[in-house]
Amino acid sequence: MAPPANRRSGFSRRAQYSTFFSYAAGVIGAVVGAGLIVVSIVSPEAFSGLRSAATDVTEPAGQITATGRSYGKETVAELAGFFTSGKEHARLERELAEAKTQLVEAKATKAENQRLKRLLALKQDEPDAVAFAHLTRSSSASTRRFATIDAGRSAGLAKGMPVRSATGLVGRVLKVGEFSALVLLITDTESLVPVRRARDGVPAFAQGNGDGTIRVRLINLGINPLKKGDVMVSSGSGGLYRPGTPMAIVTEILRDGAIARVLSNPSDTDFVMVEKVWAPEAPPPPDGPEAGSD
Amino acid sequence: MSRLSSDDGPARTRINRAPSRLLAVTLPWLSILLGSLLPGWLLIASAPVLPPIGFLLFVAWRQLRPGLLPIWSGLPLGLFDDLYSGQPFGAAVLLWSIAAIVLELIEARVPWRNFLTDWLVAIGLMIAYIVLGLALANLAGASASLRIVVPQIVISVFSYPLVGRLVALMDRFRLTPFVVQR
Repeated sequence: MAPPANRRSGFSRRAQYSTFFSYAAGVIGAVVGAGLIVVSIVSPEAFSGLRSAATDVTEPAGQITATGRSYGKETVAELAGFFTSGKEHARLERELAEAKTQLVEAKATKAENQRLKRLLALKQDEPDAVAFAHLTRSSSASTRRFATIDAGRSAGLAKGMPVRSATGLVGRVLKVGEFSALVLLITDTESLVPVRRARDGVPAFAQGNGDGTIRVRLINLGINPLKKGDVMVSSGSGGLYRPGTPMAIVTEILRDGAIARVLSNPSDTDFVMVEKVWAPEAPPPPDGPEAGSD
Repeated sequence: MSRLSSDDGPARTRINRAPSRLLAVTLPWLSILLGSLLPGWLLIASAPVLPPIGFLLFVAWRQLRPGLLPIWSGLPLGLFDDLYSGQPFGAAVLLWSIAAIVLELIEARVPWRNFLTDWLVAIGLMIAYIVLGLALANLAGASASLRIVVPQIVISVFSYPLVGRLVALMDRFRLTPFVVQR
């Protein structure tokens, strides 16, 4: 391709100056950028107000694209279903028959559970939803894993509230704008969730890897008891995340933990539920002075 | 005579029409701003998979029309990208400004370029942009490994010619004469 136009300054003093000043302005831009980075590293909250306001502004467009995304998914699912419907129907009938018997068993278990809980005088803690929202956008070109939801301060959201979908934990609210909120997804490298194995409660930490998987780190060292296919649920230790929220399924065993896959893939999630911050009940105070000695 | 034929585009075929001045000036800026917003809307990703479309458009516009966007355009455009990208605030301002200066220097030294050299230069810039973006995010506390940006780099490298095509299309649209001259 030929050079578009002669942009050499030549002997023209005016052209030389304008070239010089445009370079100088470019360097100033870089210096300003470096300054902004230093500020945002020193105080990460410095620009959160600006970012929240910016997300609030683009929220209507985000809602439209979220609707478009879900329509796109439905279309693909319908096309796929057209080819697999017969097989799927047979499978569902078989599963329904199995499920009916299991339902009866589950009812019996539930009744027994209620009886035992009444005996122990335990309070039934229902998950209390603050708001239901769309996931409208995400930082899909960045190394960090953030998403935006279309509910904000006006819907009663506050910083730290856990966000979950029907299938599992999605993340927690990081910054709250007026009509939108930024969610730190559990796959982000800065997200750390205390978890336990659903089956027997082996305690661990789940940290995001940044690439869609989760690194499970065991708290107890020694023989690694994890197996492929183990489901990790949030343990609620330290508060914030309600215990028992399904989170990830183990796919690969490492020496001191495992790599797990997230159960609620955010790209398949239409609606999410924002829950209240979970706080464990404080232990009862010791009765007498001799309680500490034994 | 071939320049008058319809194959050469609409720029030569209409008498008494001129391109819209407003469109000609604002379209590059608007397209880059939209490109900064677009990756977030396309998909709720759990890994960095989409190319930084705003940056790709920025490089493509500067390669197609050197001097159309001033060297300092990295400052306002990067500032807008930072609002939505999720990287530490200021990363795009810094990296886009440096990219603009590098492109200007290359343009001054190698004015005769072809598709391949443009693509190679863009590949270098994209890899540097994504890796330095990761480094800046890690400096701000992300501690992610280099492995997670490899898919993004590959996708960016192969989507750049497409973005270049899109920019060429937009450039034709920008210079289409449809405003009636009096």
